[in-house]
Amino acid sequence: MKCAPFDYVRAASVDEVIRTLVGANGEGKILAGGQSLVPVLALRMARPSVLVDINRIPGLGTVTRDGSDVQVGTLTRHSVLAEQIHHPLLAEAARWIGHTAIRSRGTAGGSIAHADPSAELPVVAVGTGATVTMAGPGGTRSLPAGELFVSALTTSLAEDEMITSVRFPVPSRWGFAEFARRHGDFALVIAVVAEIEDSVRIALGGVGAIPVRAAAAEQVLANGGTAREAAAAASNEISPTADLHGSAPFRRAMAAEMVRRALAQAGVN
Amino acid sequence: MDVTFSVNGERVRVDVEPRHTLADVLREQCGLTGTHLGCEHGVCGACTVLVDGQPARACLMFGVQADGSSVVTVEGLAGDDELHPLQEAFVVHHGLQCGFCTPGMLISAMHLLDTDPEPTREKIREQMSGNICRCTGYIGIVDAIAAAADVMRSGDTGVSDRVSARAQETPSHIEEPKRSPPPGG
Repeated sequence: MKCAPFDYVRAASVDEVIRTLVGANGEGKILAGGQSLVPVLALRMARPSVLVDINRIPGLGTVTRDGSDVQVGTLTRHSVLAEQIHHPLLAEAARWIGHTAIRSRGTAGGSIAHADPSAELPVVAVGTGATVTMAGPGGTRSLPAGELFVSALTTSLAEDEMITSVRFPVPSRWGFAEFARRHGDFALVIAVVAEIEDSVRIALGGVGAIPVRAAAAEQVLANGGTAREAAAAASNEISPTADLHGSAPFRRAMAAEMVRRALAQAGVN
Repeated sequence: MDVTFSVNGERVRVDVEPRHTLADVLREQCGLTGTHLGCEHGVCGACTVLVDGQPARACLMFGVQADGSSVVTVEGLAGDDELHPLQEAFVVHHGLQCGFCTPGMLISAMHLLDTDPEPTREKIREQMSGNICRCTGYIGIVDAIAAAADVMRSGDTGVSDRVSARAQETPSHIEEPKRSPPPGG
């Protein structure tokens, strides 16, 4: 199918994006990589009257190391994220996103704003305790990733706000494990392990409407438990729902196994 | 909106409707119908083209976004009177049946060989996983890309002969049939 008609604005600055979104009165949408938005438009699941293309705004696509964090510009393509050397966990996660032609266009900020419960970057954001910075009519604000995701495909971003960058702490040890039916498919379960300031954080994707921390599993490790005990705790603390691709018990079992693998990769036994 | 970009080295200037995808613009306004539209929502890979050297789904980009870019479609592969080694290899190794997915396959394969001239079969399968083929079962496609990689590494002369020579070899996935001794001694 073809998209419904819309007005196209090629923004030259973040200010212009915000002005255009404000003027669109909730009918505006930001076009970044387009790898999730354009299918939504083509299937007419959304019909925004204005699309604001941010692809030509300079300076939004860089990845820079800043102390113990890595700052990822909102327009950073997944292919760039996969190749950068500052944040190995992000690089590994980016390699799991879609296919080559998707990774060359799709963006970090777009993936996080889209908030698909099975997408890789939101889980890394929650797992590492990333901070999301967004611009709006009242200036910029920052939010922990854990407070950004509200439910499936829904964030606390206002209609006239735009993510400008995401700050990911660099873990001292990390693991990433994903189970999908085919390479490049959306994940059934994603597990991210990140050791930040001597504590091991575990986040899961695909097991609920938003990425979740496996707090009970983290507690098991903090109390000196084994990786296997932590994996069992993780599978017990989640409430996955069944769908076409897997029953709830199957997802629970996969969550335990992905946590076990991610912990093993991180060197946590 | 007025948009100017280059397609296969030629400058084009077209007036596009913003909602028209790059694939629509290429097919309907540039007359380049080699780029095929299958699913039109980024799943099948048939519309894959190169935009500024990077593979992109032409159904997930609007034509207006190509302004100032350089686009390569399947029509840009062949020379004046010789097919691209990949095209030769697809013919020889049965990398296509109905041909619908082939333009996207060729563009993805070309980008793969540009970035990795000596890919393993495993790497070929992984890199081509974004392109769906409903006819071949993929074996012929992987064979063709592996053969083209060999030919392209060894230079550009006598391309057709070498691709054909490779076709005489037994493909790696088929075992040589065991010949029973002639009856009666």
